[in-house]
Amino acid sequence: MNALVRSAGFLTSVQDLGRPGYRQSGVSAGGALDSFALRVANALIGNEDNAAGLEATLGTLRLCFNDERVVAWCGGGFTARIGDEKLPPGHAGLVAQGQELVLTAPEKGARAWLAISGGINVPLVLGSRSTDLRGNFGGLEGRTLRDGDRLPLGDDGGSEIAALWGSRKIAKWTAPNPWVATTRRAPFLRIVQGPEWNRFTADAQTALLKTAFAVTPDSDRMGARLEGPSLNRADTRDLLSEAVAPGTLQVPPNGQPILLLGDCQTIGGYPKIAHVITVDLPIAAQLWPGDLVRFSEVSLADAQELVREREENYARFRVGLSLHRS
Amino acid sequence: MRIEPLGDSALIVRVVDEFALDPDASLSAVLAALRALEAAAIPGVIELAPAYTTVAMFFDPARVAPDEIGQPPFDSLRNKIESLLNRGPVDRKPKGESAAIEVPVCYEGEFAPDLAEVARHAGLSEDEVLRRHSSASYRVTCVGFTPGFPFLSGLPSELATPRRAMPRKEIPAGAVGIGGAQTGIYPRKSPGGWNLIGRTPLRLFDVQREQPALFQAGDRVRLRKISREEFDSLSR
Repeated sequence: MNALVRSAGFLTSVQDLGRPGYRQSGVSAGGALDSFALRVANALIGNEDNAAGLEATLGTLRLCFNDERVVAWCGGGFTARIGDEKLPPGHAGLVAQGQELVLTAPEKGARAWLAISGGINVPLVLGSRSTDLRGNFGGLEGRTLRDGDRLPLGDDGGSEIAALWGSRKIAKWTAPNPWVATTRRAPFLRIVQGPEWNRFTADAQTALLKTAFAVTPDSDRMGARLEGPSLNRADTRDLLSEAVAPGTLQVPPNGQPILLLGDCQTIGGYPKIAHVITVDLPIAAQLWPGDLVRFSEVSLADAQELVREREENYARFRVGLSLHRS
Repeated sequence: MRIEPLGDSALIVRVVDEFALDPDASLSAVLAALRALEAAAIPGVIELAPAYTTVAMFFDPARVAPDEIGQPPFDSLRNKIESLLNRGPVDRKPKGESAAIEVPVCYEGEFAPDLAEVARHAGLSEDEVLRRHSSASYRVTCVGFTPGFPFLSGLPSELATPRRAMPRKEIPAGAVGIGGAQTGIYPRKSPGGWNLIGRTPLRLFDVQREQPALFQAGDRVRLRKISREEFDSLSR
C-alpha cells in the first residue's frame, strides 16, 4: 500500500510532530512547522496525533493511492481537489483507489499539512519519521519528495470512517476555523521578551513593537529572515552560544532579526530580543518572502495559559470526533 | 544561578556566571546540574540541553503540573529547579566521567589548507603548531551548529586564530578547524569559516547509533596525530 507522488511540487517533505530528545547531540526537534495543524488533520481522519503526513510548500502536489484512503489537510490558502470535487481545509475526504488528490498553490500563505489515513510509514529515525533536511535523514531518504516517489502507507485505510458519512465523499464535521486556515494578512505575532531584551536600545525595543517587518527571500524551514529598522544593541558584549527554540527572534550584528522556525539550529550566539509565542507559530509558519509581519507583546503567564487553553480545546475536539464516530 | 524564560515553552538555567574564568569548573558545574535535572524527571519536561554555562529545559506548558498555589508553569518550574539545585553545594566531583575520547587526526597536505595561516598568526613553525594542537587536552563545551559538531575548549591560547573573512562553501566531513579560541570538528560536509588544519577518519554523527553523536557536552578529548597511511587505513 503506497502513495504515488505524481507531482512533488515546490518543496514537500514527510513530517510528524518532530524529533525531541536529541538536542544534546545537536539535532533540532524539527517536525511539521505547524505541528498543531498536522495534529488537527490527523485527528479529523482518526489517525494518532503523531502519524506522519506531508508538509507541502506552495504547490502543486498531486498524489494517488493504490487503495482507498481518507485524507484531511490544514494550513495556508491552498485549493485541494479529490478528482473534480473540492476538499475544503479541515474536512476529511475519501480518495478512491487510483483517484487523484491535488493540492494547488495557495492564494495566500505558504504551507499546508496533509494527513493520510494510516500515516506515512517511512522508518523511524531517532524516534521520528520527520525529514531533517539539514542533516539529510528521516522521512523519505532524508530528502524532499520528487516526482515518481512512492510513499509507504500504514495499514489503516480509513474506510470505516468514510462509511459513517453515508453516500458523501467528504465529511461534514470540521475543526474550528482558526485551526485549519492559518494564513493572516500582515499578521500580528504575539511575543514575550527574550533573555537579551534589555541589551537592546530603547529605540530598538520600540521599533520591534511599532514597525512592520518584511520577510526576505532567504527564508526557509530554519527561519524567516526579516527586514526592517535596524535593532541596535546598547550592550555589544559577545555572548556564549546557548539554546535557541522555534519562535526565537535573534538579532545578528546587522540588526535585522531572524525568526527561528522548526528546523532551526539547536544553539546560537546572537542575542535573543524576543520569542513568538507557541500558539502563534502556526501563523509564523505561513510567512513567505514579501509578507509583512508585526509584533505585539504579551506576558509570559498569558502565553503559557494560551497553550493550556488550546490543549483543553483540542482534547474536547478529539472527544467530540470520537462521539461522531461511535 | 539565574533562571530565565526562553519563550513560553523553554527556559535557561544559568548555572555559572563566567565561563572564561575556569572553563573546566564551569562545565563540571553545568554537567552536575544537567544530571540533577535529568534525575528529577520533572513532569512536562521534554528535554534538556547544556552549552557552556547553561542548561536549557524544553517543556510543554500544558503538561507542567500546577503547584499548590497555582503559579504559571515557568514560575512553578523555576521553584522546582531552584530547590533541586540549591540543595547544598552542587556535586562538582568528576563522578562517572569517562576517560578522554581519543580522536586520530591527520594534519598533512590537503587536510591542512590553513596551517600556514595559523602558524603565521601564532608566530610559530607549522610543526610547533601541530605539536601543541595535538598535545593539548580538550573538553566539549557544547554540541551543535550541525548535528554532532563538538565545540572544544582547551586550545592553547597562542593558537587562537580569527575565523576566515570568507567562509568556505564546502568543508569536508571530519575536518578539524580553529575558530577564534575554539577548535572543533565538522561531522559532515557543510559550509564554514574555521581555519582547517587536519582531518579525522572518525564518524562523528551516525543516526544508526543509539547515541548518534560521538561527543556530548563535558566529554574530555585528546587528539592523536596520525600519518596519511593510518588515516587511509582507518577510513576504510
